[in-house]
Amino acid sequence: MTCREMVELVTAYLEDHLPADQRARFEEHLAICDGCEAYVEEMRDTLRALGRLPEDRLSPQARERLLAAFGDWHTAP
Amino acid sequence: MERSERELVAALRRGDRDAFAEIVDAWSPPLLRLARLHVPSHAVAEEVVQESWLAVLRGLDRFEERASLRTWVTSIVLNQARTHGRRERRMVPFAALRRRQEEGRDEPAVDPARFQRPGDERPGWWASPPARWGDPEAWIDDEETRAVLLRTIASLPPRQREVITLRDVLGWSETEVCTVLGVTEGNERVLLHRARSRVRAALEQHLSAGEDAA
Repeated sequence: MTCREMVELVTAYLEDHLPADQRARFEEHLAICDGCEAYVEEMRDTLRALGRLPEDRLSPQARERLLAAFGDWHTAP
Repeated sequence: MERSERELVAALRRGDRDAFAEIVDAWSPPLLRLARLHVPSHAVAEEVVQESWLAVLRGLDRFEERASLRTWVTSIVLNQARTHGRRERRMVPFAALRRRQEEGRDEPAVDPARFQRPGDERPGWWASPPARWGDPEAWIDDEETRAVLLRTIASLPPRQREVITLRDVLGWSETEVCTVLGVTEGNERVLLHRARSRVRAALEQHLSAGEDAA
């Protein structure tokens, strides 16, 4: 397995979608290749960074408008 | 208090304001994030999310309890946001071509120039391997890093934007993502792979540019 093939399999590897034999070959390559080891590590960091983006928030005004609309909606005939 | 979706739907139908406040508070942040993928500002995303909540209330009587409330609400937001986005960009869809570009099936995860070529010592192995970018704790919560992530996601084709946001930013499962986007598992995996590859590449560029400057 070449590095060029490795980078196309990284997502399947991290998501645990590789068949056992392919997974074994992926891990064999990983054990002897610093470049691919770094690449996989960086992909893990990327996922952590994405999971830590701060939340957007609804403004208090928008929230109040919605709760008022809910009252109207429910009392409407 | 955590309620099951079934209890939530029943409470909303009864007119329980607290139940409504509860899901508005819990779900609006991720919904804003999704709406923002298709519209140019937080203000417009907020409008889209508000309109969507009203559409949810109007449709609640027709909602079938076998379906997932979260998936249904999310698909309403995504549809409204896409409609807004299209209106603003006046995009002409060429369905087949667009689908191909969206998936990026032809696009490699890494620039082919970074691998050794036929005739080199080890063809297909790294010629210029990724530089180690060091302990993520040092940069993971930086404003700049976040800006790079959001900018890169915004630059992706729309479907890739949606998939990476749902899966990696909001933490949805593959099954839920396929349901809400109406794509197959195979599609979802290709879209996610392309999107992640692009985001990693952008981070690498950002972090190594920082090193050069230092």
